[in-house]
Amino acid sequence: MWILGPIGFTAPWLLIGLAALPILWFLLRAVPPAPIRRRFPGVALLLGLSDDETQTDKTPWWLLLLRMLAVAAAIIGFAGPVLNPQVEQEGEGPLLVLIDGTWAGARDWNRSMARVAETLDEATRGARPVAVVNAANLPEDGALAFQAANSWQSRLPGIRPQPWAPDADGLAAWADGLAGRFDTLWLSDGVDHPGRANTLDALRARGAVRVYESPRPVYALRPVQFQDGQIQATVLRARAGRAAAVTVAAIGPDPNGIERDLARVEVEFDAAATEGTVDIVLPPELRNRITRFAVAGQNSAGAVALTDDSLKRREVALIAGRDGREGLELLSPLHYLRQALVPTADLIDGDLQAVVQANPDVIVLADVATLSQTESDALQDWLDGGGLLLRFAGPRLAASDVSRDAEDPLMPVRLRAGGRNVGGAMSWGEPKTLRPFDETSPFFGLDIPADVAVSAQVMAQPGPELAERVIAALSDGTPLVTRKRAGQGQVVLFHVTANAEWSTLPLSGLFVQMLERLAVSTRPAEPVAEDLTGTTWQVEAVLDGFGDLQDAGTLPGVAGETLVTGAVGPDRRPGLYAGEDRRIAVNVIGAEQALAPATWPADVPVEGLAVVRETPLKGALLAAALILLAVDILASLWLTGRLRGQRAAAMALAAAMLVPPQTGRAQSDDALAIQATSEVVLAHVITGDDRVDRIAQAGMRGLSEKLFQRTSIEPAEPIAVDLETAELSFFPFLYWPVTQDQPLPSATAYARLNRYLRSGGMILFDTRDADIAQFGGNSPNGRRLQQIAAPLDIPPLEPIPEDHVLTRTFYLLQDFPGRHPSRDVWVEAAPADAEQAEGMPFRNLNDGVTPVVIGGNDWAAAWATDTSGMQMFPVGRGYAGERQREIAYRFGINLMMHVLTGNYKSDQVHVPALLERLGQ
Amino acid sequence: MPALLRSRAETLAGTLPPLLAEAEHLAATVLLGEHGRRRAGQGDEFWQYRPAHPGDEARMVDWRRSARSDAHFVREKEWQAAQSVQIWVDNARSMTFSGAADHPDKSQRARLLALAVSILLMRGGERVGLAGLTLPPRTGELQLLRLAEAFSAQDPDSDYGSPESRGMLPHSRAVFISDFLGDLAPVEAALTKAADRGVKGALLQVLDPAEEAFPFDGRTIFESMGGGIRHETLKAGELRDRYLQRLADRKARLADLARLTGWHFDCYHTGDSAQPALLWLFRALERQI
Repeated sequence: MWILGPIGFTAPWLLIGLAALPILWFLLRAVPPAPIRRRFPGVALLLGLSDDETQTDKTPWWLLLLRMLAVAAAIIGFAGPVLNPQVEQEGEGPLLVLIDGTWAGARDWNRSMARVAETLDEATRGARPVAVVNAANLPEDGALAFQAANSWQSRLPGIRPQPWAPDADGLAAWADGLAGRFDTLWLSDGVDHPGRANTLDALRARGAVRVYESPRPVYALRPVQFQDGQIQATVLRARAGRAAAVTVAAIGPDPNGIERDLARVEVEFDAAATEGTVDIVLPPELRNRITRFAVAGQNSAGAVALTDDSLKRREVALIAGRDGREGLELLSPLHYLRQALVPTADLIDGDLQAVVQANPDVIVLADVATLSQTESDALQDWLDGGGLLLRFAGPRLAASDVSRDAEDPLMPVRLRAGGRNVGGAMSWGEPKTLRPFDETSPFFGLDIPADVAVSAQVMAQPGPELAERVIAALSDGTPLVTRKRAGQGQVVLFHVTANAEWSTLPLSGLFVQMLERLAVSTRPAEPVAEDLTGTTWQVEAVLDGFGDLQDAGTLPGVAGETLVTGAVGPDRRPGLYAGEDRRIAVNVIGAEQALAPATWPADVPVEGLAVVRETPLKGALLAAALILLAVDILASLWLTGRLRGQRAAAMALAAAMLVPPQTGRAQSDDALAIQATSEVVLAHVITGDDRVDRIAQAGMRGLSEKLFQRTSIEPAEPIAVDLETAELSFFPFLYWPVTQDQPLPSATAYARLNRYLRSGGMILFDTRDADIAQFGGNSPNGRRLQQIAAPLDIPPLEPIPEDHVLTRTFYLLQDFPGRHPSRDVWVEAAPADAEQAEGMPFRNLNDGVTPVVIGGNDWAAAWATDTSGMQMFPVGRGYAGERQREIAYRFGINLMMHVLTGNYKSDQVHVPALLERLGQ
Repeated sequence: MPALLRSRAETLAGTLPPLLAEAEHLAATVLLGEHGRRRAGQGDEFWQYRPAHPGDEARMVDWRRSARSDAHFVREKEWQAAQSVQIWVDNARSMTFSGAADHPDKSQRARLLALAVSILLMRGGERVGLAGLTLPPRTGELQLLRLAEAFSAQDPDSDYGSPESRGMLPHSRAVFISDFLGDLAPVEAALTKAADRGVKGALLQVLDPAEEAFPFDGRTIFESMGGGIRHETLKAGELRDRYLQRLADRKARLADLARLTGWHFDCYHTGDSAQPALLWLFRALERQI
């Protein structure tokens, strides 16, 4: 490479070509532009005229300059110019390769290793001894083992990134202990770790330090938080500066057990932000499946957040006996359960049949005595599959015969009749308190508040197995809570009510803790060290540096307090830890941790992030040459008079097309709005089929005329509506002929249509094929109508009933023919509770106007008139046909009356009956 | 080709009111054709009853009219006579020039105008023929077909045409349609000869818009349509003003000639609609008939 100031040339010999430019100058100068030959009769008038100026037989100087520049740019371009050429420098002496083998470097690990391999190759050529050290996994003895470079080559694949940061103290101590002179190549991971500055100083004392750092940004994921039903994921990045977006994936097994992305969300970073937060809302079924979150495409342990039980919410179904006393909130059998469970569990309401189908984790039956046979069978199947049935006693259970003579499979014990009251006004003795829990009880260790007292309970029938089923008892030894295993599940009975009627237990904190111990609800998210003191946690799976879960193998257990407090490192590996009844996840990134970019002193050369980079200029110069040649073409054309008329117009047009056109839509919108709102206007939808649109327009015109003649509705000229652009709210009524190949409206058009339907508009759908197809049949138009109407907000439909208000808004009608006399016309269904009242001729049907009328009678064709008022299409034959057309008009008039008067006409038909009643 | 020309000419002529309707606007004294001269004479149409003078033959008395009064009346007919019009359309190579694709070349327009005016004249009862000896003035459908055929003939040899002045009928009318870009001497001679014979008529110069605007620039070699004449220039744009001046001079010269010999002169551009030109041509002939 030949270097000239800041520019180097890869093929400098080509520059000799520049010497040829003056020769080219003379050659080009001698060749004038070629003349044009034109046939022109007016030449007779030109004879004898001579040119005033004669210089254009030589090429003008500026055109020559243009061509010279183009050629020069091409020559220099091919000579391969490079801005800021980087020249490699070889070093001497021993070389230390220090690798930040952390999770942050894992994504670009292969690139880093390739860089190391390259360095090793160079060192081999220079016969330099090399030592390779992984900062996150320092050699035990501390001394540097300088060896021949090629012996390291084979050991490179064994160097892996570790899922933790280097130990600051250990690294500093190791660096201080080094001796001798050597150069260093430091492969940084781009993230600032504590103790880095000290290490750098120690290394620089020994020799030159070069740094290689990947320019790609490092992303990390904090442990996700669960709040208010939302999962909050926070993504960190080391280097701010540009707005960016990354994807966070929630990963877990699907119902078939295959791991896949259950959800993906984008996290946006502002230019200045190093943190991006996103809320993820997922249905509980999906949420409970998530095993980890990961920043997509990062492949590092820091970009993975493992989830543990804190994210899981148990699904609890609450079912109470029939509630006779409506509205007494605090007496509701479920009130305290609900209060206790809402923060930590997902509650399901519904009847028992439906709830069992949903397969919840827990079903709570509060004072439910008898179950039907099918309900009972379903519950038993669910219990066998591992469900927890939690029952509470109550007056109904006490009064029933359930589990009286023989043990009910859904009850843990047999019950004695009646139960007992203690400490009440009519009984002897004090209310009973609780006896401390046995060691075998799941409640063992819970403090019993002094104010918990039981004043009534149901009594268990003594029996041989009773003792082992009692898990909580009163101070006199009577069972308070009993439990029985059933299949893989269990049945638990609280012998008191779930409200405060029989005991104060539901009012105490103990109630919540007991539910927790029974695994009805889950614990608060964050375990603290005191909770875990003295426990040992077994490692289930660990994360490697690349963010993959690995089998823990023979790793020893970890003490509970270390699990919560210690830093991530070899003795507290990130991964999943299993305890007695729960699992805890340890993540690489702590909940409060932030990332900072690695900063280097100005005199340490940093590869990969170099501010001054090699920039090849070849492409730019060749492009400049091409542009100059294009300009030369234009200039030559202009000079020879060929750039005139149509050619110039075409060029100008091409230039103008680059400027986006501005349309004056707003003005026409206003005009349409004024036209549509100054008078009543019938409208039809543009289908794109020219003939159908014309007929629809003519039909609306014909109907408008008839309305004008016969009623007080005086519509203006109808308007054709383009669903994609027009505002629909101006039109009380839309006629929509359905064609087979009509395009489906866009999503925004559907949004407008739904708003239109909800706010009182009416659409008359006409499939126009009643002569060949029944409604709902499989005609092409019918299928298209189904596709069109699927996203629309249309209520349930029924064929027009005989007493529908459409049959009497203006004329009395029983048929609704158009060109076809089919009777299949559908409107919004009457509410289910519409009944014919005594003395009323008609049912009191829906109060509003039906939002759609659907049929296939091709009404527009029957209504259609041309501008002179003549009918455009024949209907039927002879007098009967004319009669049919008349009925078609009457239907149109009734329909418009229905649209415009709303429920007034519907009320009106009841007036005679009302008057008659008043008269009595 | 003749049939096509004929049909297009009919289309163009069909939009104009027929000569008979137009006749009401003409001066009373200078009317020709079957619409009469508003004066008693030879003809088929009734003109007026006048009281019989002494000397009128008895057979001239209209007895039916006379029986209704005491005096005798003579029935007079309107004087009717037909005029001959001879048409010359330049068919030289220069007429085949068209400056742009969106309008026809000059000869097409010239033929169309010539045939359209022939149709109008024949409808008015005049006799129409070609200048020269080949097709003497006649009337009727067959004559129209012959005219259409004759107009379609192309002269492949000469670059510029010169008017045909042989066989001019005395006191007849003539129409010359050409671009008049060639030598003006034959035109001058023809007009002089026509004036000698009392023949009057119209000169219509048909020009292409490009000939009127001279939209050329740069180094150019101009050739006539037949290639017979050529002129090379290095800067065509410089010539524009002088060319236009020469064209204006030529038009003025033609107008002068026409004025001296009692003819009418107008210039028509093929970029415009043909109707105004036809109207002008028709009016120009009317004024002289």
